[in-house]
Amino acid sequence: MILGIETSCDETAAAVVTRDGEIVSNVVASQAELHARFGGVVPEVASRRHLELIAPVIEEALDGHEVDTVAVTSRPGLIGALLVGVSAAKALAWARRLPLVPVDHLHGHVASLYLKPLDRQPPFTCLLASGGHTMLLDVQERGGYRVLGTTLDDAAGEAFDKGARLLGLGYPGGREIDLLARQGDPTAYDFPVARVPGLDFSFSGLKTALLYTVRDLPPDELAARRADLAASYQRAIVRALVERVEATGAARVAVVGGVAANSELRASLPDAALAPLALCTDNAAMIASAARYAEHVPYPDYLSLDARPSA
Amino acid sequence: MEVVTASPEETERLAARLAALLEPGDVVSVSGELGAGKTTFVRGAARALGVSGPVSSPTFTIGHRYEAPTPVAHLDLYRVQGIDPEEWGDLEPYFDDAVAFVEWPEHGGDWLPAARAVVTLGHVDETHRIVRIDSDLGL
Repeated sequence: MILGIETSCDETAAAVVTRDGEIVSNVVASQAELHARFGGVVPEVASRRHLELIAPVIEEALDGHEVDTVAVTSRPGLIGALLVGVSAAKALAWARRLPLVPVDHLHGHVASLYLKPLDRQPPFTCLLASGGHTMLLDVQERGGYRVLGTTLDDAAGEAFDKGARLLGLGYPGGREIDLLARQGDPTAYDFPVARVPGLDFSFSGLKTALLYTVRDLPPDELAARRADLAASYQRAIVRALVERVEATGAARVAVVGGVAANSELRASLPDAALAPLALCTDNAAMIASAARYAEHVPYPDYLSLDARPSA
Repeated sequence: MEVVTASPEETERLAARLAALLEPGDVVSVSGELGAGKTTFVRGAARALGVSGPVSSPTFTIGHRYEAPTPVAHLDLYRVQGIDPEEWGDLEPYFDDAVAFVEWPEHGGDWLPAARAVVTLGHVDETHRIVRIDSDLGL
């Protein structure tokens, strides 16, 4: 069994997964509640919070289970946050004389699809859309992926969050827009879908278009049109994502990352494979899952392993 | 200096002119509201310093670092509210030997190293931005 550890961004997470992809435990201590109180702003850089949570989270995930491998997100992410997980993983693996598997967070998101009961088999084209990343990936085998396209500016999840902020909605912005959009008319406003070459994405122009639309509305009218704005804005983001997926011509499609929770995106790609919602946002089960197909570093060669901020 | 740019490309070109004057260890603060073109400005500077891949927004991860001929750090303190010494320790590695660009520097309080250049972007209309650069670099 594999212990997975994830601390690359806001979530402190640990999970135990079997070699054939059964989730034994999956613990996520989310800072979302904290963020909600501060309107999406982190009151402090995340690593101190990770440091407080990492030991109890690992303990809860292990819960007496015997693991033979430790996996940890080593890139990309905030250096200080990654180091909390990497240091904990090294110490634990070293003390138990276990091998360690450094995992690419993005490979982790894709590997959420390899967990049971979904157990998705490549080849497929994968849309990875979250707060920090938006990518289109060609997945031919479970050990990796090839990047077909990526965002040139904002990530899709970031576009949702910043849009929510411009509309005066709460955090997390993606969920707030999704809920409000159900009461609005998605054709009320014609927001631009960025035209960038190839399979890349761009969302910053859309954000600016919303800013100008909001700015030009009198305050009382803004309140009345908020649901229409949310629906039209969401439609533009989803359309941009779906158009790119369709442009690949892929017959088999999967969607991972937090934006996969969006109801309009799910409805727009009815044939796509989707991991359960709890596995779409950052978690450690996906990291343990990726470790099943990644290179193991034997004891004790990993003591010099470092975290990397970039992929 | 204060210039009005008519497109993202013009903003990038202006940033490249500033980048040509920067050295590793220099910090540039980049201020302006949502959609003002902060990441566009940093992209132009990063390109001029030899970064070839996408230069995307670091809002969620807080920091990106690019190992180009001149290493480039791109920080975004949008989600951060006030920094204390411990948190500063988290961010410090990004500044090592790099030209560092910091968006939302006002969230960094007193802990940010002194800026070599202070860039402020503002909206004029949907395509035009007013860009102000304060520095002693002779730009």
